[in-house]
Amino acid sequence: MLYLFYLIAAISVISALTVVSAKNPVNSVIALILCFLSIAGHYVLLNAQFLAMVHIIVYTGAIMVLFLFVIMLLNLNRAAEPMKTLGTRVAAVLSGGLFFLTLLAALRNGISVTAANAFDPGVGLVHSVGMSLFSEFLLPFEISSVLFLSAMVGVVMLAKKEKTWTPPVRNAFTEKPLTEHELDAEG
Amino acid sequence: MVTADLLFSLVPALPLVGAVLIASARRYLSGTVAGMLATALMVGAFVLTAVAFSTFDPSTGGHTVRVFDWIQITGMDIPFAFRYDALALTMMLLVTGVGSLIHLYSIGYMHNDARASTFFAQLNLFSFAMLLLVMGSNLLITFIGWEGVGLCSYLLIGFWYNVPDYNYAARKAFVMNRIGDVGMVLAMVLLFQQFGTLEYSVILEQADGFSANAPILIAATLMLFVGATGKSAQIPLFTWLPDAMAGPTPVSALIHAATMVTAGIYLVVRCSGLFELVPLTQDVILVIGTATALLAASIGLFQNDIKKVLAYSTVSQLGYMFAALGMGAYSAAMFHVIMHAFFKALLFLGAGSVIHALGGEQDIRKMGGLKGSIKITYVTFLIGTCAIAGLPLLSGFFSKDLILAFAYQRSPVVYAVLVFGALLTTFYMFRLLFLVFFGSYRGKAHPHESPLSMTVPLMVLAALSVVGGVINLPHLFGGHEALKHFLATASSGISNETLHLSVTTEWILMGSTVLLVTSTIAYAYGRFARKAELDGEPETMPLFKRLLAERWRIDPLYAALFERPFGWMSTKLHTVGESRIMIPLTNGVGGAALRIGRVVRRVQTGNASFHLLAMVVGIIAFLFITLLST
Amino acid sequence: MEQEVITAIRLVPLEHYVILSLLLFSIGIAGVVFRRNTIIILMCLELMFNSVNLLLTAFSAYHSDPRAQVFVFFIMLVAAAEVTVGLAILVMMKRNVDSVDVNQLNRLKW
Repeated sequence: MLYLFYLIAAISVISALTVVSAKNPVNSVIALILCFLSIAGHYVLLNAQFLAMVHIIVYTGAIMVLFLFVIMLLNLNRAAEPMKTLGTRVAAVLSGGLFFLTLLAALRNGISVTAANAFDPGVGLVHSVGMSLFSEFLLPFEISSVLFLSAMVGVVMLAKKEKTWTPPVRNAFTEKPLTEHELDAEG
Repeated sequence: MVTADLLFSLVPALPLVGAVLIASARRYLSGTVAGMLATALMVGAFVLTAVAFSTFDPSTGGHTVRVFDWIQITGMDIPFAFRYDALALTMMLLVTGVGSLIHLYSIGYMHNDARASTFFAQLNLFSFAMLLLVMGSNLLITFIGWEGVGLCSYLLIGFWYNVPDYNYAARKAFVMNRIGDVGMVLAMVLLFQQFGTLEYSVILEQADGFSANAPILIAATLMLFVGATGKSAQIPLFTWLPDAMAGPTPVSALIHAATMVTAGIYLVVRCSGLFELVPLTQDVILVIGTATALLAASIGLFQNDIKKVLAYSTVSQLGYMFAALGMGAYSAAMFHVIMHAFFKALLFLGAGSVIHALGGEQDIRKMGGLKGSIKITYVTFLIGTCAIAGLPLLSGFFSKDLILAFAYQRSPVVYAVLVFGALLTTFYMFRLLFLVFFGSYRGKAHPHESPLSMTVPLMVLAALSVVGGVINLPHLFGGHEALKHFLATASSGISNETLHLSVTTEWILMGSTVLLVTSTIAYAYGRFARKAELDGEPETMPLFKRLLAERWRIDPLYAALFERPFGWMSTKLHTVGESRIMIPLTNGVGGAALRIGRVVRRVQTGNASFHLLAMVVGIIAFLFITLLST
Repeated sequence: MEQEVITAIRLVPLEHYVILSLLLFSIGIAGVVFRRNTIIILMCLELMFNSVNLLLTAFSAYHSDPRAQVFVFFIMLVAAAEVTVGLAILVMMKRNVDSVDVNQLNRLKW
């Protein structure tokens, strides 16, 4: 069991590193999908079966496809990205490392967690999560649909092709738009 | 609130209404209309006061009329309240009565002035402040009035503001008064700190528990007295009053003779219970009062400005009142306050009438022989002069004699000095009278009698100066000291005072004073009435006389002692403190900020990825600090 | 059956999950700063979201509390919305400056 965990964890970390280091964005997306699948594996290990399924559907099925789609749409599937300066890259690695070390140091005394509830094998299955979601968290759940609606409207607004508009050339004195004849005369 | 209380608290409202009305409509009101309005309101205030006076029962000892809550916070309750008692009523009658007459007089005196309506607004405002001063039931209300009369005094002295000297005089009065006010504020702070209230009645009640000469009381009373010296022009703060004669003459009469300058005496009488407990302060008051009386009288001897003579006479008479306060003779002081208000207002208004008649001339060397041309002014001025000299049965006679009797009881030295001062007073007043009205006219103007609105107040005040003494007629003349018994209901100091001289002694004292005074008059008559003996410029006089004519050179002394060091300090602060320290310092701070900004601004690259990095570094630093601190 | 699940879950110590999600999160942070391609930066953000999700789920399982998993569910909702908006902005950016280089966004001052 423990070895299984280590295996999946190794896959997660390696694929995550690949996401960051791959030159081609498409490779990054593939690595990220792999990483998400491994995280779904962790969910299964933790008996969170509902989450594992939702995770695969939402992330791998929807979000990552969206990413791929955008990459194809914008024709980014080339390793044409110039690198940042060396200093920034060193700073990036340093800051990531330091962040990890700082939070790791917070764990230096280990975590002593006593389980808050008696163990229930049903936790993480569809039934228990669904009961909690539709009783205790019904209102936030409904409100989140508003969030999606607004996100949808926003995306449509943003991605809509803008009509290019150039202000009409005006006569400096009368402030009326110039006629075509005048425009020709201006050259 | 019962009706009497309501009427009582409406008294100061009338002049306030007048001041606001006239001030806001001053462009549309002619001086005469404004003057009539102002006078009508003052008369109304006088009538209200008279009604309040007639319904007042002295045996109750008075009570406090709470108009509204003013400052109410934890540990501090200062209401806007008036004290309805004998002392306040006496002062209010004086202020509104004499005030009404002087308002009336001003209509005639100011009718040619372009800003006469402003003048009346300020005069009404002064009356309001003065009424607040005498009516307040706590020190803070009194202090509002105290500052208000100071402000109006400043405004009215500098009324003709296009004359630089007058502005200087106004500023001098203001600054001198501020010095006194510092004492007043300190006294208030001390008293509040000690008693937790500023109500006179509570303070006086609680002060009974203190032993005589308790340090806190010494400090408080001395500070109160400093305030009184500023307002009432005593040594060392008296030099502003003669200069204050720059204002229009009715102002000199109302503010600088009859009412405002007596505020210091009122304050001491109001707090007499405190001063009774501190013999030390009483001695200080006695010494300063006596010294002022003598000093001012000696300066008055050789002044040539008709109003300056009267001004020094006022300072001298105020000195008498303070001497009386120092001896614990509060009723004598109050008596003299009232009598002095009558005859000194009369003298000032008479002087104003003379100046009016001569078209603005104030130098008595250019007057003379006026008794034929301005008869009413002459007769009334003569009455006033006799009253201030203390000729028998006139008002000044009774009040001054009472003070002298107390002085004799206290100490022969004080008595001798005060009698000598009284003789000096007689001499310079009669010198003034003879030089102005006797002999032959030495000027060039054409004297003419003043209009009725000016002569009527003169006559009323003359009548009061003659018969005023009856309000406190001593037992010797068949009276029963009515004023004293009336005031004693309001002031513990007055009910404690005693005069135990034998009848024979009193007769002898009175007789000798009268004898000396009449011989002084005769001497003055000989010197000035027949053949006017005029003084030239001070430079030509013998040394001692020159010193007197130059007012003991007190103004140059103050200039050398205070003004010049202050000026030197200011210049140094400017050249060194400001130019060399403050400006480089402030510019340095600004410059440093500028230079730091020039460097730090490079952090704001505007590059999103750089900002992202900065944010991450910040978060890590934040976490790191949190980690270290747990 | 029940005992098996318990041992299965608790066989892996909680610290391991914490360290794993920390590691993923740090990689995400490093990636955000490291790369210039905006789409990769968005993907790193997703990675960080997921590390947090993993942590929440791990604690949920150890405490036997389904509410944390509901939270993970909501985070997924928000992440989905965020990704759509983010990608739309990316499309805008590509259209306006013809690049997805984050260094093109250098006018954040003024």
